Amino acid sequence: MATSIRGRGGIGPALPLLTPAYLWLVVAIFLPLSAMALFSFMTELPMSGRDWSLTLEHYAAFFSSGLYVTLLWASIRLGLEVTLWCAIIGFPAAYVLARVLKGRAREAIFLLVILPFWSNGLVRIFSWAMVLREGGLLDTTLNAILPFRIDIDLMYSYPAVIIGLVHSYVPYMVLTCYLTLQAIDNALIEAARSLGASRLQTLRRVVLPLAMPGLLAGSVLIFVPVVGSFMEPRILGGRTGTFYGTVIEDQFVAVFNWPLGAALSFILLAVVLVILSLSAPILRRVQ
Amino acid sequence: MAEVVVDKVSRSFGSHKALDEMSIAFPDKGFYGLLGPSGSGKTTLLRMIAGFDFPDAGRIAIGGEGVERVPVEKRRIGMVFQNYALFPNMSVAENVAFGLSVRGETRGAIEVEVKRALDLVQLGHLGERRPHQLSGGQRQRVALARAIVTKPRVLLLDEPLSALDKALRVDMQIELKRIQREIGITTIFVTHDQEEALTMSDRIGILRDGRLVQEGPPEEIYDRPESEFAATFLGDANILRGVATGNGIRLPDGTVVVANQGTKPAVGTSASCAVRPERISIGEADNATLGEENRLKGRVSKRIFGGNSSTYFVEHRGDIIKVHVQNNGGTSLAEGQDVILRWSPESAVLIGM
Ligand SMILES: Nc1ncnc2c1ncn2[C@@H]1O[C@H](COP(=O)(O)OP(=O)(O)OP(=O)(O)O)[C@@H](O)[C@H]1O
Ligand SMILES: [Mg+2]
Repeated sequence: MATSIRGRGGIGPALPLLTPAYLWLVVAIFLPLSAMALFSFMTELPMSGRDWSLTLEHYAAFFSSGLYVTLLWASIRLGLEVTLWCAIIGFPAAYVLARVLKGRAREAIFLLVILPFWSNGLVRIFSWAMVLREGGLLDTTLNAILPFRIDIDLMYSYPAVIIGLVHSYVPYMVLTCYLTLQAIDNALIEAARSLGASRLQTLRRVVLPLAMPGLLAGSVLIFVPVVGSFMEPRILGGRTGTFYGTVIEDQFVAVFNWPLGAALSFILLAVVLVILSLSAPILRRVQ
Repeated sequence: MAEVVVDKVSRSFGSHKALDEMSIAFPDKGFYGLLGPSGSGKTTLLRMIAGFDFPDAGRIAIGGEGVERVPVEKRRIGMVFQNYALFPNMSVAENVAFGLSVRGETRGAIEVEVKRALDLVQLGHLGERRPHQLSGGQRQRVALARAIVTKPRVLLLDEPLSALDKALRVDMQIELKRIQREIGITTIFVTHDQEEALTMSDRIGILRDGRLVQEGPPEEIYDRPESEFAATFLGDANILRGVATGNGIRLPDGTVVVANQGTKPAVGTSASCAVRPERISIGEADNATLGEENRLKGRVSKRIFGGNSSTYFVEHRGDIIKVHVQNNGGTSLAEGQDVILRWSPESAVLIGM
């Protein structure tokens, strides 16, 4: 009898199905993360027989120097800006995809939108470098078209970092918004219009609220990795491209101060979690 | 409140004519039922009047004002959708308030109007609920309240009751009719259900292939259909075919059927005669010779019991004639029995080809 009860509602029958997933989680995420957590409290890496002891100095380092706080703040601003641009570009694109285009045209545009997903990140970034630098594609093209001469050298600047990041992450916004937008029953939009709402009022009062879950999901998917991003800032930002993420990367690949890198990573994780949980009630109200 | 006039409106999708020079006048404050088989253009016509779609040719006027090029939101119409189309992100009261608030009415005025509309559909107590917390019938009432709260000139309903079960549907029919009378609004009602159309409408229009086949008050269409299609689509009808004799038709076997209804086709042309199954009486023997009555010999091929009435299928020279008989305690006829069918000329409608 006990087995039959377990068989009905318990986790029993699902166990064989769940095991691979949990094993994967343990091996791929939990173990490395625990190792990193441990490193962040060590004075030295326990490699090549060096002595080590437990310490909080790496966490203290974050607070003792204003540099890290400034950089983290810059990264958060970068995250917000990129998320905002992704929403501004991604939402209308998703709207057109979901509610205007049909059949072949929709498939073609969809493919173009998610193409950055499938291209290698480095290739994507260096392509931008070729477009944005002085005498690059953008500079040459604009000067060929325009009657007057302008100098476009966006390379190694804040806008270049934004452009690169927005390009990398906008597909997330398009996809999440597309999913919620195409699920909106057309009759709802017609109902709003029949009640006297203009296109704009319909968008603001019916479509936008119903698409909010997609917009929020996209924002979270973009904001979190952008705050910790290092590749785009380093390659497209040059000297202006020092952000929190690049400093963490330095600790791992250049300075070989893994414990400090690990500590900075966990501080970032904590700050992002705090931001998300603080904004959750506000976002829920918007919805 | 206003009269709606559709004048020679056409609309094609590709090579398919969904509406073909359709002309109908929907009377002011009237309840107009649009009936027709699937694909006959009912929804297309309603969407034209609403302004979701625009005619290729022809004119549409609401209250004397041409609206062919007026966008939906400026037409002042109310629409009730088949799946209710309530905004899931708003409460019942907010749904009803939507049309007023997009017009920029004051909060106080909105509150008063919303309460009045919800009371009218007897949902005053559910204003705070969300649409998903309502039953199908309640959702339908909210959709109706939302459509009428803005005092539209016309109320358009596209099969609004088809998602409800039979008992609830009858309740809602009565309710809808009561509200329509109370506020006296021009109403255009699309339905698949002929009984619904007959009981609710002041006028009925029957559509087929994008054309208006016949229109008029329900009794008129039922009693005097002008085509075999109208006769069989609205209600049940027996169609007898033969040659016009002036005041009737001659069947292939030589029997003359006299019909006093309908327009007389030219003598000698082929014509038909429609008789409703409930207008025919069925008997074992040819007793009493009651003057003018039409008579036809036949044999019962089947009887279907249907509770308060039975349907007999009587064979007459290869044709099957249906007869409805009230089950009022008399003896029933057996299958295979020879019978005489009788009906008066007043119950027979002549239809030219
Ligand atoms: N957007 C459209 N594109 C192509 N064809 C259409 C479109 N809308 C309607 N049609 C066609 O026009 C014809 C009339 O359609 P309509 O929806 O008006 O029929 P209906 O009378 O409402 O049918 P039903 O009773 O099934 O709802 C149909 O043949 C339909 O296929
Ligand atoms: Mg339809």
